[in-house]
Formats: sequence, structure tokens, C-alpha cells
Amino acid sequence: MYRYDEFDRTFVEERVEQFREQVARRLSGEIGEDEFRPLRLMNGLYLQLHAYMLRVAVPYGTLSSQQMRKLAHIARRYDQGYGHFTTRQNIQYNWVKLKEAPDILADLAEVEMHAIQTSGNCIRNVTADHFAGAAADEIEDPRIAAEVVRQWSSLHPEFSFLPRKFKVAVTGAPNDRAAVKVHDIGLQIVRDARGRTGFKVIVGGGLGRTPIIGATIREFLPKRHLLSYLEAILRVYNELGRRDNIYKARIKILVKDLGAEAFARKVEEEWSSLKDQAVDLPDGELRRIESYFAPPAFENLPAVTSGFEAKRFEDRDFARWAQRNVDAHRAPGYAIVTVSLKPEGGVPGDATAEQMEAVADLAAHYSFDEIRVSHEQNLVLPHVRQSDLYAVWQGLVAADLATANVGLISDIIACPGLDYCNLANTRSIPIAQRIGRRFAEIERQHDIGGLKLKISGCINACGHHHIGHIGLLGVDKKGEEFYQITLGGSADENAALGRILGPAFSAETVVDAVETIVDTYVDQRRAAEGFNDTLARIGLDPFKEKLYAPH
Amino acid sequence: MPLIKDNQIVEDSWITLEDAASLPQDAWPIVSLERWRAERENLMEAGVPIGLRLRSDQSPRLVADELEHFAVIALEFPKFTDGRPYSSARLLRDRYGFKGELRAVGHVLRDQALFLVRCGFDAFELTEDVSLEAWRAALGNITVRFQAAADGRSTVSRLRRQPARPSKPRAPSRHKDGDYCAACWAY
Amino acid sequence: MATQIVTANRLGDGLVIYLAQGGAWTDRVEDAEIARDEGDATALLARAEAPDQATRVVGPYLMAVIDEAGVPRPASNREIIRALGPSVRTDLGRQALTRASEG
Repeated sequence: MYRYDEFDRTFVEERVEQFREQVARRLSGEIGEDEFRPLRLMNGLYLQLHAYMLRVAVPYGTLSSQQMRKLAHIARRYDQGYGHFTTRQNIQYNWVKLKEAPDILADLAEVEMHAIQTSGNCIRNVTADHFAGAAADEIEDPRIAAEVVRQWSSLHPEFSFLPRKFKVAVTGAPNDRAAVKVHDIGLQIVRDARGRTGFKVIVGGGLGRTPIIGATIREFLPKRHLLSYLEAILRVYNELGRRDNIYKARIKILVKDLGAEAFARKVEEEWSSLKDQAVDLPDGELRRIESYFAPPAFENLPAVTSGFEAKRFEDRDFARWAQRNVDAHRAPGYAIVTVSLKPEGGVPGDATAEQMEAVADLAAHYSFDEIRVSHEQNLVLPHVRQSDLYAVWQGLVAADLATANVGLISDIIACPGLDYCNLANTRSIPIAQRIGRRFAEIERQHDIGGLKLKISGCINACGHHHIGHIGLLGVDKKGEEFYQITLGGSADENAALGRILGPAFSAETVVDAVETIVDTYVDQRRAAEGFNDTLARIGLDPFKEKLYAPH
Repeated sequence: MPLIKDNQIVEDSWITLEDAASLPQDAWPIVSLERWRAERENLMEAGVPIGLRLRSDQSPRLVADELEHFAVIALEFPKFTDGRPYSSARLLRDRYGFKGELRAVGHVLRDQALFLVRCGFDAFELTEDVSLEAWRAALGNITVRFQAAADGRSTVSRLRRQPARPSKPRAPSRHKDGDYCAACWAY
Repeated sequence: MATQIVTANRLGDGLVIYLAQGGAWTDRVEDAEIARDEGDATALLARAEAPDQATRVVGPYLMAVIDEAGVPRPASNREIIRALGPSVRTDLGRQALTRASEG
């Protein structure tokens, strides 16, 4: 993985000291909140319902064991002993003190981490496929591009006060696990006719109150021109994006208003002036960054490990976990392990300091010291020998991290909702917990099969409800919590927005409604047909009939 | 509102002219785009240097062919969170090669200092009453530059390719007043 | 008009606080000073927004309460959760202190 050199190190250290000075000015009264707010936001510090919340970037979701241990230390020393992993591969601490925020950032800097640009109207933490460098279907590791973009976007002088926030995601595989079509810019590594790799550039996707699937504005961008092309997109957006209405300020609205083709023409025109200037990195620098992402020293192993197969046969719980939480690795004899942060009745994405340390230990022993954070709010051990899977599983069981539900109905994405968030209208977590309990029987979940359920506590859609097979959106009706249901969304390479089913359900009835939807799907599906395929075949009506028929 | 130029507080020889006001005797005028459009010939005949003030919604692309007439271009920040003037500045410097004074006006705060300088501004009308020391300190806060920009300073990717580089990084933000200015920002 | 109190977050640690009698800030919503008409409310908010408060609190605003024999109770879900702590973590926030003292 990437390691800081003296320049990266100096940069984050300087940024910490700069923020320490800004905090001191705020505490002394030299500057007021109006002036301070944008400064703290640019260092990831929000004021939420109960306290300050610090959002720490995990660039492209990659962590070392040492970094994870530092995150645990911060949870224990400065917070309430836990942290919350988010849908953008960040971690949030919910009980931070302003006075201590600079110390936390200094602790993070010691392990080459920061909270820079995890908020504010700037280029946010760059995300990538959480299976990067490990996935069997990968063309090229997307983290190289993500690191290039991370450095380029760090305190970019021209693009730190954009009309609105700006999110970039990169995938290196045809199966999109990074949701690139619902980002401001999505980059997908593809091959051209001559076999060279480059980027397909997708712009103007997003969720929120105006969900839009991004448009491809360039089918193939040579890798060396990545930064000049991004600079062209950002300049067009910075100049023309709306600043009169916060709800229309994202790039997706500009792309929609101009039309994707006209927007693409503007970008190409701007790029024609930029591409031969010094914006793009020299080849040597690209190679330097690339070298950090060379694969670890995998052993030569047989593709099938007999010990692993035997254990699967002997231990049903392990077998069930291996079926859901283990994915194919590009190296023979290895596997990718997803660590579920969705235990029955738990808070999706939360991990205690002890759990973080347990995962750090397992990564150090069994996964070349690497951990990933997924946008589905789980953790990943990307490089585990198949012969070690049983030991890893036992370690996870001991830390209460072995729920065998990855991709199943209880593997719910949920925003923090009204329990923590200043913007929320309703709670999300209690609904997720109740759905988890309703479907607690793991065999039933396995019978239902893959199903993505996503919950947002307000229209800002941080819980990605638009792109869940089943999406729940919390709405406040005269002080009562209600939940509107959408069906048929998808975040993958076939990205789609869910359709609204009908009138919203009360907090009391929404879990029953979800169960009715699931039962209807199970009744109606053919063989191993997935939820969205069944929905496409039968339409919304069978679901509506079951849910809204007079009893 | 002090005017800072070349890291000094300087006397301002320019005056921002209301559209209806007549040309001043004792200072040079900075006029709006509207006035420039309406009175271009008159202004040029007056035989004094002319400055142009652009609102954040007025792109310098509008005057790209006329830049030779301006000694100063003032780019206005209606709020410091309106980032359009940064792009305007880079267009003026990088694309159109504007060599005159590029002045940040409006809501201009010390915490923007580095962004402003990097985008090519070289004169600053500060909103807040900030000491020269505080302004210089704000400029020296961050010495590492990841992007090529209009200030022409060496980027990290270039420095990384230089064979001889210091074995230890400069200590962050431990500058004494004044000592870094010559090193970092004497441009 | 609903009865109202003034709430904010404390600058140093961000915790939820309320403006109490005599101009002090308290973390107990029960102790907040109640404004019963628009004039009182405006005056209360003005006190919280006075320049000398800027180094103590962030974002003061008026919130509706139910007046229970002189004791204010938060009216909305949001303010109930702010006053108590997360409903999914009853071990955290002010509800935890109450639980501890009762337990």
C-alpha cells in the first residue's frame, strides 16, 4: 500500500498545525462560527446532534493494521470506545471535543492518516473497489488512480470552494463494487481495442433528493491524462455550477441542465487547453505511486485447499460463513474475507475499539497486514490463504464479528439517522435493528438469498435507499416517523434507481411491510432468480396487492 | 481595508469607481465590466492606466481579447465560499498570460491566502483587520504543493524527481516571523 | 405560540446545553428558562446570541417545549434525542447519567 514520503508527511503535519491555530483562534473568539465552520469542515469536523463528529478519511478504503490500531486508540482515548464506518469508506467518531480535535489529527498523522477534505464543498475522500488488488475479476488496481487523485485534490487551490461537495470513485473491475455511476465522477478502468488500459469517465451521478445515474462522457481516457481531464471537468463545474440554490448545486444538475453531450463538449474544449500543460504527472511519478501497489508476495498455492474444504464439511457455521463472507481471489489458494459489521440487532457500521484491534491482529497474521473498508459498511481482509480461513473465522467469532450475512437482507446499509445526525428527519438504525431481528434466523436469510436493503433517515440519502433492491426513506409526518419504500434499485454495473411502491408505512408497520415484500419475492421467484429480476418480470403490482390490499 | 502586495501593506493608487462617478484626478480607476463596455473609447482616451473589476459571475473569457488594456484586474469574492474567482485567476494567468496586477477583492480572508497566491493573485484587499505577520504566517502554513498551478512553485512530483533533496523535511509551521517569506514566497 | 427555550451546543466539547435562569447554561433541559410569548422568546435568544456568548456556545436557537407545571419537556423527536442521547445507545448521553444515578 501507499507509504508517505517526507513531502506527504510534512503536508499532513503542517495541516494539523494550521488547524490547531484555527481552533485556537475560534476558542479565543478571534474568529466567529460563520468563519470557522468552513475551516473545521475542511478538516472533517462537523457539529452533530450530541457533539462534534470527526470524519476521518480512509483513502480508497485501505488500512494497515497499525492504522487500524490507531483508530481503536482514538476511539478509546478521545471518544466513547467505538467508531462508525461509513458508506464512503470513512470512519466517524461521534463524541469528539473541539479542543482535542487537533490532537486527534496529530495522532492520525503519525500513521499517515488525516481528515482533510472529508467535508466541505471540495473534492472529498476518493473511494475505490474494496476488493482492489485482490478481486479475481480485476483488470487493474484502481487504487493507483485513487492515490493520484488524492494527492492532486489535496488543498487544490482552484477547487477548494466548489458550488457543492464533490465525490470521486474508481473501480478496476467490470463488476462494479464502488458504485461509480452514482458519484460526481466515476472512473472505470477499461481496455481499448489495442489492449491498453485507460478510464471510462462517468459524470453527474448521485443520490440525494435528485437521484441520477451518471452519464459516460468519455469512453476511453489514456491514463497519463487523468489529472488534466479531471481538472477540465472541475473547472467547467466550478465556473458554471449553480451557486444560487444548494439543492441544485451538485454537478449532476449542471450535467442534466446542459445535457451530457454539451457538457462533454465543454470539458473536451477545456481539456484541449489543459492537457499539454504541467497538470498531468510525469511518468516517473506515476511509476513511483504504482510501485506501492505491487501485489504482496503471494505463495504459489494450489487453487483448491483441501483443509478448507474439509472444515467446510465438518462445521456448518463455518460453511455458512464461508459461503457468504468469502470471495474469490486473483491468486490461487487465497480468498477475500468480508468481516460483517452487521451483527443481529447491532448498529450497521459500528465497531468497538476492541473489535478494531481484533481485525488489526487478524490482518497482521493472515492478510499481509491489510484491511479494507467497504462502502457497504463492512471490513475486508483482502488476502487470506484458504488454509487460514478457519483460523480467521474463529478469531472473528471471538470478536463477535463472524455474522454470516454478507449480501443478505440483514447486511443493511443505514445512515446514522436522527440518533446522531443534525439533518435527519427520522431514525434509521432502529429500523435496521428490527429488520435484523425479524430475519434473525440465518438459514432463512440464506434461503432468501442476496438482497440489498438500504435505509436513509432523510432525503439526503446517505443510506443509499435509491439504489437498494429494497430502499427505505424516512419521512417525518407531523412528528411521527414514516418510511417510504422503493423497490428495484441497484448500485452495481447495472445501476438503477428504485421505484416508489406507494404510501409510506409507519415505524410500527414498516418491518411487517418489508417481510411481506420479501415473502412475495420468495413466492414469485423462479429458481435462483434475483430480486430485481423477479421485479422486472412481475412488476410492482404483486407487491402492492399484498401490501395495500384491504384486509 | 489594507491592500497587501508583495508581502507588504502598500498605498493603493487605484480607486474602484462607481459606474456613475467621473474619473478621479488623484488615482487610477478600476471600472466595472458594464462601464468598460459602455465607455471603452472614452476610458482609453483618458490616457491613464485602467483597472477592470469582474464579479464572480463574470468570466474573464468575456474580455480575453482586451486584456492588454488593463493594468489591474480585480476579481470579486461576494462570499469567501464563492470559488469562481480562483478559476478566473488561473485562466487569466495560465491561459491568457495576463501579466498585470491580479487583485482579490470582496470577502477576502487570511485563510484563503495560499489558494489565492497559488491561483495567481498578487494583491489582496483584506476584509478583516489582519496584521501583516498573520497574513505572512497564513501563507507559510503549508509548504507542500501537490498541483501545478499559476504560482509556478515546484510541485511535489517535480521535487521527488530531483536527485539531491534534503534528508530531513523542514519542520512544519515552526517558522519565525519573516524567515520563510524570502524562502517560500519571494516571487 | 408554543412555549420555547433556547438550546445550543457548547463550543469546547459540542455537548447539548440550554439557557437557564440568570443567563447560565445547563446540560439539564429541565432547568432551562421558558419563554411563554414571542417577546420573551426574542429576548431569550438575543441573550444567547450576544457577542460574549460566541466563545461559549455554537448555534443557539429556540426550540418548542411542553410546559409541565413549569418544567420544560422537549416536544419533537429530534429534541428528545438531543436531550437524552442516541435511542440506540442508552449507555451514552445524558440518559446514561440518569440511568446510573437511578441504578
